[in-house]
Amino acid sequence: MIPSYRQIIADGLWHNNVVFAQLLALCPLLAVTSTATNGLGMGLASTVVLTGSNLLVSSFRRWLIPEVRIPVFILIISTLVTLVDLVMNAWIHELHKVLGLFIPLIVTNCAILGRAEAFASRQPVLPAIADGLMMGAGMTMALVLLGACREILGSGTLFAQAGLLLGGSFSVMELVLWQDYSGVLLMLLPPGGFLVMGFLIAGKRLVERSASRSRQALSAKTIDPTIDN
Amino acid sequence: MIARFKSDHWRQLSWPGLLLGTAVLLATSILATAQLATRTAIAQRQSEDLNASLTEVISEDFYSNNLGASSISITTRGSDIRFFRAIKNGRITAVAYSLTTTEGYGGAIKLLSAVNRNGELLGVRVLAHSETPGLGDKMEVSKSDWIQSFVGLSLKNTAPEQWAVSKDGGRFDQFTGATITPRALVKTVRDGLLLFQQQRSILLANPASLPSAGAGTSADNSDPDQHSTGSPDKGKNKPDTKSMGSNDIGRNDNK
Repeated sequence: MIPSYRQIIADGLWHNNVVFAQLLALCPLLAVTSTATNGLGMGLASTVVLTGSNLLVSSFRRWLIPEVRIPVFILIISTLVTLVDLVMNAWIHELHKVLGLFIPLIVTNCAILGRAEAFASRQPVLPAIADGLMMGAGMTMALVLLGACREILGSGTLFAQAGLLLGGSFSVMELVLWQDYSGVLLMLLPPGGFLVMGFLIAGKRLVERSASRSRQALSAKTIDPTIDN
Repeated sequence: MIARFKSDHWRQLSWPGLLLGTAVLLATSILATAQLATRTAIAQRQSEDLNASLTEVISEDFYSNNLGASSISITTRGSDIRFFRAIKNGRITAVAYSLTTTEGYGGAIKLLSAVNRNGELLGVRVLAHSETPGLGDKMEVSKSDWIQSFVGLSLKNTAPEQWAVSKDGGRFDQFTGATITPRALVKTVRDGLLLFQQQRSILLANPASLPSAGAGTSADNSDPDQHSTGSPDKGKNKPDTKSMGSNDIGRNDNK
């Protein structure tokens, strides 16, 4: 069964979000997201690889057999990551200097392998591309959010060095929220990443719970208007 | 397609192998092509990076040559160290070199130092490190100007016991909450100065006495040889250094 695009979008951005629901990709996540800019860069690079790997896996899915599918997936992913690394190093060198360290980490991002296995190897090309884009967007969103929380608490800035990542015209994004803010160092260290992520996941659960409560209340009311919630 | 192979046991076995082999072959050829296509661009970017960091430690009035292309390498303590020479009016005015220390808090720290002919530091920069963000990274010039406190210091004007963080009785501030990082840096910078002092006569050898075409390579070839024989024993090192030194006292600076 091919899921509808609406479902793919909802899954990627919210219900099945790589970071907050599947809890995958924690290794690059905690290593990178000490600033929102880093999170954005890592998210975008991962999205490119994820979409590319979904596209390739989906187009070759007829020839793949269960025995060797995982090695082939890994091969596809690592080839793409190396390509991204080489191309960025050659032609977008400034960005590569900021993200260079993290790009090889994308290989270890099990979300990409996970999507190849769970989605792309079973679905046609177009839905697979959509899934890659949406999962990537969901991950980018999560990484930026996480990076922003950690950066605000840890260094008192937001989107520091965004000009370096996106080009000079984006340096207006760079905000200093508090001058001479000494910062909560913990937030910049890996434990801070875990803490912030825990709170964000809890927040997502709260939103979901209140949403399902109001839905239940709504359906209960439509079934039996005498029940008072 | 798979069903057709299933009849034959051997073919069934060979299909995964064939598939994997083809996939690997494809991936390898794609990567090889990509590497060829990006190689020159990447090499150029790297030399630009190198030059950019070199120009940060050596100011413009010290050189008229291409800093990145003027290196010689010398083998000391089992490792090759590249020395980049700033040349102006046929005379070496400053030398920059990169050292790596593993005594930091979070792995290796790569430093670039530059000294003038008198062995005074012109500048120090951290090229790569993985120190704790917010604590150890105050050695980056973008975070604080601590690293500038090295400028102008030399072995002559600063006594050995001064080459330490203030906690250890030296003249360098430690960072709040981080002593290990600056301690490692101070020690490495001083080690670099000692190294320069040791190799001074080779490093400052008049470049005009070297063949001008491909000067870098010929120096690369001859110097490590001279030194790998001398370097295990420091006493032995001196005659070598002197014989090299006599080479350059032609004083044809004005060429």
